Amino acid sequence: MGKKILLEHVNVPNIHTYEVYRSKGGYDSVEKALKMAPNDIVEEVKKSGLRGRGGAGFPTGMKWSFIDKKSGRPRHLVCNADESEPGTFKDRYLMEKLPHLLVEGMITSSIALEAHLSYIYIRGEYMWVYRILERAINEAYANGWLGKNIKGSGYDLDLHVTCGAGAYICGEETALIESLEGKRGNPRIKPPFPAVVGLYGNPTVVNNVETIMDIPWIVMNGGDEFAKIGIGKSTGTKLISASGNIKNPGVYEIELGITVEEFVMSDEWCGGMQTDRPLKACVPGGSSVPILPANLLFKTAKDETRLMTYESMADGGFATGSMIGSGGFIVYDDRQCIVRNTWNFSRFYHHESCGQCSPCREGTGWLEKVTWRLEHGYGNMEDIDLLWDIQRKIEGNTICPLGDAAAWPVAAAIRHFRHEFEYHVRYPEKVKDRKHFEAEPWEKVKHLMELLYLPILLDLVVLAQFCIMLFLNYKQKLCLFMF
Amino acid sequence: MTLRVKTGNQLNVTERFLARVAELKSRFPEGKQKSALLTILHELQNDNNDWLSIEAMDKVAELLNIKPIEVYEVVSFYTMYNQQPVAKYMFEFCHTGCCMTRGVEDLMDYTCQKLGVKPGETTSDGLFSVKGVECLGACGYAPMLQLGDFYHEFLTPEKMDALIEDCRAGKVELISQV
Repeated sequence: MGKKILLEHVNVPNIHTYEVYRSKGGYDSVEKALKMAPNDIVEEVKKSGLRGRGGAGFPTGMKWSFIDKKSGRPRHLVCNADESEPGTFKDRYLMEKLPHLLVEGMITSSIALEAHLSYIYIRGEYMWVYRILERAINEAYANGWLGKNIKGSGYDLDLHVTCGAGAYICGEETALIESLEGKRGNPRIKPPFPAVVGLYGNPTVVNNVETIMDIPWIVMNGGDEFAKIGIGKSTGTKLISASGNIKNPGVYEIELGITVEEFVMSDEWCGGMQTDRPLKACVPGGSSVPILPANLLFKTAKDETRLMTYESMADGGFATGSMIGSGGFIVYDDRQCIVRNTWNFSRFYHHESCGQCSPCREGTGWLEKVTWRLEHGYGNMEDIDLLWDIQRKIEGNTICPLGDAAAWPVAAAIRHFRHEFEYHVRYPEKVKDRKHFEAEPWEKVKHLMELLYLPILLDLVVLAQFCIMLFLNYKQKLCLFMF
Repeated sequence: MTLRVKTGNQLNVTERFLARVAELKSRFPEGKQKSALLTILHELQNDNNDWLSIEAMDKVAELLNIKPIEVYEVVSFYTMYNQQPVAKYMFEFCHTGCCMTRGVEDLMDYTCQKLGVKPGETTSDGLFSVKGVECLGACGYAPMLQLGDFYHEFLTPEKMDALIEDCRAGKVELISQV
C-alpha cells in the first residue's frame, strides 16, 4: 500500500461531520499556521514541490509568491471546484467524503496568503455537494475556525461557497473569476494575471481542490517530508480518476512514481481490463491531453518504463508522450472506436466553447462536423488532412487554453490512429453501425471461413460413403480401396 | 434562438427564498451583490417548476439591483437554466467520453423507446423527458444520469425501469435540502 495523504481517513464513518473530523486531528494545521509567519508557510509549500493538481502542474508555492502583497489591496483565495474535464471526478469524491479537509485547507492557505475573504466555486451540477460544503462551513463558523478573530489570534477570515451553472469554461481561472462576479464565463486576456488583478480587481490566487487539500499535511509535516514522496519534480501523492474499460473504475491515491503498468494491471488499483479484450489506447490525464496507443503507454519511445509522474508522462513531447493533466485516466479496449471518441470529445468542446475567440468558436464546430462525417461513413481522405489543418489553426490562437484542449485530442488521434480514420473512409458501409468495432474481430476472419467450405464438403461425402458401405456390410478390403 | 415571452403566470416567490437571497447577498462585499446571481437563479428555478420565465429574471434583477439584461445574458450563457417549461422528471444522460464507452447510447435508446419519445422531447403527460448532456463528472460510475439535483449511477435497463416506476409513484427526490 502506498502512502496516503488525502484519503487516510476517508473510510472512517461520519468523517464528513465536524466532531469525527476533529477527533482525527482535523484543524490542527490551522492552529499551527496561526502561530507561523505567513511567508514561512509559503516557503514550506515551495520546499514541498507541490504542483497544481488541476491540470497545468504549475508549482503552487511559486504561484503563491506571485500574489501582490505590497499594494495593500484585499487579497482573495478562490478554490476551483468546477471540475468538468471528461474523465476527471476526483474533486467531487474528495468534497463529498472530506468536506472539512477542504475547509481546513482553505483556512490554512488563506493564512499563508493573508487573505480575509475566500471562496469555493463549485460546479452547478454538484448541487448536493454544494449543500455538504455549506454545512461544513457553517460547522466551522460555529466552532470558531472562521469569522472574526479566529481562536484568539486576531486573524479574520470569511469563507463562502458559491456555485456555477454548467459551463466547462468556468474551470479556466479567469473565466471562473468572471463567473464568480456574476457574469458570463468569458476568460480574460492575460496579463494582468489574477495574482495582480483578479476577483473584484484584487490580487487573487485560484487553486484546485486537491492542491488546497494537500496544504494541511504540508503545514503539519513540513515541505521536506512531502518532497520525499515521489520522484524528482513530481512530489507527493496524486489522485487518479480511473475509468473506461477497466475492472475497478474509481478514485485512487497513488504515490507519484509508480509504473503505469502497475497502475492499470494491479488489483490494488484498476485491476486490469474489464473483459478479456486487449488494451487499445489510453487518455492519461482527462480528455484534453493527447491519447496514447497501447504500445506507448507502458513504455516510452526510448523503451524506458513509463511512470505516473509529470515528467515521464510527458516524455517524448506530444509526438510520443502525453500529460498527467488532472489525472482523468480513461482506458479503452479494442471494442472502442478512436474516431468515434474523437468525435465525442470534439462535440464536447464545441458545446463548451464560450464563443469569445473566433478560432475556437468556429474551429471546434468544424472539428465536430468533420469528425462526425468521418465517423458516420460520409468522409473522404482529404477530411483527415482538413482536420489536421483546423486543429493547427486553433492551437495557440485563443485567449484561454480551451482551444488547445480541443485541438490536442484530435491531433493525437490522427497521429497515432490515422489508419482508423482511413478505415472509416474506405469502408463506409462497415462503420454505419455505431458498434462497428465490437463486431470487428469476427468480421476480419469471416472470409477465411469460405476456404474451409470445400474440405468440409469433401469430408462429408467420404463419411457418407463410409456409412453406406458399413450398412451394406461390404468386405473390409473393398472399403479400404474406396478410401 | 429562444423567443422570450411574458407568461402572465404568477411567480412563486416564497419567504424562504427572500431570506435566502438576503443571506446569499451578505456573502459578498458591499457593492458586489451581483456575485450571488448564479446561486439565486438556481434557487428561484427550483421554486418555479425548474424554469425561468422573463418575469423570474426581472424579479432577480430587481432583487439584486442590476439591469435585467445582466440577468438575461447570464441565463442564456449557462446550460443549467431553462428558459422554457420542462418536464417534471428530466433524465439528463451524460453522453461524453466514458459514459459513451460504457454504453449510455444503448441505455438512452432503451429509455426513449420505453417512454415513446425522442431525445429532447417530452412525454404527452409532461412527466418525462430524455436529454443528452455533456460530461457530468461521474466517469467512473458510468453510465449515469442526472435527475434534479441528484446523480443516478451504474445504470442498467432494470434500474432504469425501477427509476421510472419510482418517478411515476412520486417517490423520487429532486431537490437537495438546504
